[in-house]
Order: sequence, then structure tokens, then C-alpha cells
Amino acid sequence: MAEKILMKGNEAIAYGAIDCGCDGYFGYPITPQSEVMETLMKVQPWETTGMVVLQAESETSSINMVYGGACCGKKVMTSSSSPGISLMCEGISYIAGAELPCVVVNVMRGGPGLGTIQPSQGDYFQTIKGGGHGDYKCIVLAPASAQDMYDFVDLAFELAFKYRNPAMILGDGVIGQMMEKVELREPKPRRTEAEIRALCDSWATIGCEGRHGNTITSLSLDPVTQENFNIHLQKKYDTIQENEVRYATYRTEDAEHLIVAFGCMSRIGEAVVDLAREQGIKLGLFRPITLFPFPKKEIDALVPQLKSIISLELNAGQMVEDIRLIVNGRIPVNFYGRQGGMIPDPEEILEAFLKTIK
Amino acid sequence: MKEEIIIAGFGGQGVLSMGKILAYSGIMQDQEVAWMPSYGPEMRGGTCNVSVILSDKKISSPILSKFDTAIILNQQSLDKFEDRVKPGGLLIYDPNGITRHPKRTDITVCKIAAVDEAAKLGNAKAYNMIVLGAYLAKKPIVSMDNVVAGLKKSLPPRHHKLIPMNEQAIEAGKVAVEVINAL
Repeated sequence: MAEKILMKGNEAIAYGAIDCGCDGYFGYPITPQSEVMETLMKVQPWETTGMVVLQAESETSSINMVYGGACCGKKVMTSSSSPGISLMCEGISYIAGAELPCVVVNVMRGGPGLGTIQPSQGDYFQTIKGGGHGDYKCIVLAPASAQDMYDFVDLAFELAFKYRNPAMILGDGVIGQMMEKVELREPKPRRTEAEIRALCDSWATIGCEGRHGNTITSLSLDPVTQENFNIHLQKKYDTIQENEVRYATYRTEDAEHLIVAFGCMSRIGEAVVDLAREQGIKLGLFRPITLFPFPKKEIDALVPQLKSIISLELNAGQMVEDIRLIVNGRIPVNFYGRQGGMIPDPEEILEAFLKTIK
Repeated sequence: MKEEIIIAGFGGQGVLSMGKILAYSGIMQDQEVAWMPSYGPEMRGGTCNVSVILSDKKISSPILSKFDTAIILNQQSLDKFEDRVKPGGLLIYDPNGITRHPKRTDITVCKIAAVDEAAKLGNAKAYNMIVLGAYLAKKPIVSMDNVVAGLKKSLPPRHHKLIPMNEQAIEAGKVAVEVINAL
């Protein structure tokens, strides 16, 4: 069996990047995710795999370094926390508009503004509904453990290249700062230039000897061309919605009430389910692992057996809106959340849940 | 087995590393572990705490309201966490600098004069391992072999020469711990 190492979720992101054959990481420090770059600088993968690790002068700069690396078919990524991601949103929109693969990690902290360095899930809207301008979507994975942080870097790159689309890992301060045991995989080597050419020759700017040159742009001044491109993007997102939904459930088989929660809140939610079950209340938990694509059909399929749903979030109620769109008034969809870096414990949530079903 | 612990004190007392060594000791005996630190302004000098969970089963919530054990190393932490020990649980504290002592009678309360013990050993840095020894004397949830294996994993190889000193400190803590309130 592979060795199990105790590490923070943030360290797991760094090891996940090296072990999946990432070509380059560009970032700027911000709590609570600074350990990502700190770990990369400590491990020095440029000495082993040749992976580039560079501290940029700002988040705007790091996302544009990612844009440049992605143009060349490289596996490139950045990470930050909420205020830093806000700065990156222009770049993310451009990368989505240019249909380029990359990975962006957000270890969320409380906002708005500089807010707090404590954990939050206040960037759900920003991540799922846009952040940057224009009708674009990022593939969004929500890790709930250090192991997920490690595994999802590889998965995010796979999905990003499969759909030529930015993929985001939406973590939070709890998952980033908590240490758990992580089982490391056999590292994947970085792609060779020949492999990159084989995989990305139709679009990447990697030299055009023997073929017409590729152009990467997110600009099209002709509205007909732009609308056709927008329609193409939406079809791509429909394909992603159809094929890439990921989720997990806990004690839902006979559930009459359902918690929906992602990231750290799904972990706390599992404890709430056990507490409620001790009182004879048939509570289950649904954890969306992909926030886009959101598990619409899968939640919809559970509605007939349920009397109510409660969405648990570290924000003022964001994902709950998407759940309500799915449920469409058939049963009550309630909400419980804390903000500003406060994290509810299982007993507090149980009490809040019990009030909703009285 | 599931043990939920809060370790709390000042930044610089070795709170986080004690938790890490305990967590690694759990991994060495094939348990599930979670280590959740406070990471705010605390780490810039002030109060600091870490919750550690060791369990035979998968760990759900890393966020806890009550603890089986509280290991308390300053007054602020005692004030904050004394009420959050589960009835029948364990509170271990270092009396150094404490003016208001624990009042609970429904939990086991123990004292470890770890500052004094560290002075006796002539090594202030052994402080947290003395406290860990006091805890392990009361709750031997991890074997000494696994603690040593955990130390090896937690410390960079250049510091492995310090492991015997750490073992000595743990043993000193085991001997020095005093029961104040027995159940």
C-alpha cells in the first residue's frame, strides 16, 4: 500500500500538482492557502519533474501567466483565496472565452472585501454564476478532505483538457488548513512536447510547421460569429452537464429529510445526520462534488421520498437558490448558514434543522 | 475508539506540533485522524489551539463543540474550553500563570507543572512533550512505539537525533502528572 502522509489540504494541492505532471504553477500568497506555494517552493519540483513554480507580482499577473501557459497546451494552474480570485476573474473569463484548459484553486475565506482569513463558502455565486463577464462556466469541483484536494488536481486537469475549459477547485479554509492522512499515487510524468502536439495540435500555439497557424483569441467583432461561438459554448456546457456530474450520498436510502452541503459543510452535515438518526429522524445527506455541473437530476430523483431539504452553507444562502430551482416548490427547501468565518458545529445545525421541520 | 481532543495555549508553546505528533501516532496505528488548527492572528503570537481527532472509523465533522479531553496551557484557554469538556472527560492543565483554576467536578482534572519539569530537564523546548506525556499517562490511546514513529514522521531527518530527548520528556510528563479531581 502507498504511504499515508499527514498533510494540510493546501499541501495536498501542491503534491497533487506535482504528481499529476503539472507543467507550471503561478501564484501570489494569501491566507488561508499560502501553504500551496510554500510547499511547492520547499519540494522544488523544478529539480525533479521540471515543473515551473513562480511567484507572480499579483493575482492578475498569475492568472495571465496561466493564460499564456495554457495557450501552449501546458498543464498550468494557480491558486488563491477569495479576494485574489476576484482579481483573477477577468483572466478566467478570457481563458473561458479562448477555450483553454487550466486549473484554478480557490481556498475560500470570508468576504466581501478583504473580509476575514477564516473559512467561508461565500464565493459560490462568483464561481458558479460567473465571476468574470459573459456567458461562461467553469467546471467546479468541491473537495471535502485533504485526499480530495490531492486527487482533484489531477481530475480537474483531466476535465479541463477534455473540454478545453477552465476547471476550478472550490475549497475553503477548513479543508485547506486541516491536516488529514493522504495516500499519494504513483506520479504521472509531465507530458512530452510530442504528447502535447498529439493532444493539442488543433488549437495550441506550439509552432505551425507543416500546418496553418492556430490563433487563440476571445475577441470576435462580428456578432454572427460571436453568437455562433456562444451557442457552441452552451452546447459544450450541456455536454458537461450530461456527462460529468459527481456527487456522494450518506444515509439517503430511507431519508425523509435531506441535507445538501458541499465541502467542509458536507463533513459537518454527516455528523448532523448521525445525531438526527439517534433521535429517530430519517435524515440523509447529499453532497454535490461537482458544483458545475450541478447534480440536478440526482437531487430531483430524491424529491418524491422527501418532506424537506435543508441547504447548509458558510454564506447567506447561495447554493440553496439552485436547489429551489430543481425542487420548484414541491417541498420546503430551507437554509442554515453562518458567515464571517464562523463555523457551526453539528449540535447547532441539528437544532436549526429541527426548528425547520416543526 | 474515538477520541476528540482540544490542545490550547499560547503560540510558541508547541501546541500545533504536539497535535501533529499525536495525529501522526494515530496514523502509525492505522487510525483515521484529523488535525484542525486555529490559523488566525493567533499564529502571530497570542492564543493558539488545535483540535485533534483519532478514530477507528471515518471522521465526519472536524468541527467540534465538545471534547473528550482538553489540554490547557494558559488562562484564556481554560476560560474558553473548561465548559466544553464532555461530562466524564479529562482536563489536563499547566498551573503556570493560572489564577483561576478549573472548577468542574464531573470530569477528571489533572495538573502537569510542565514549565518546572522542562527546567529540571534543562530544555525549555521539551515543554510540549512533557504535556503529551501527562496526557498519555491518563489516556494511553497511542503506544510509545507509535509516538516514536510519529515523531520520526513529524520531525525532519536532521532533527531525528532529538527523538531520545523527546522520549525522555514524555516519560517525565507521565511521572509528573497529578490528579486534582478524580471521578
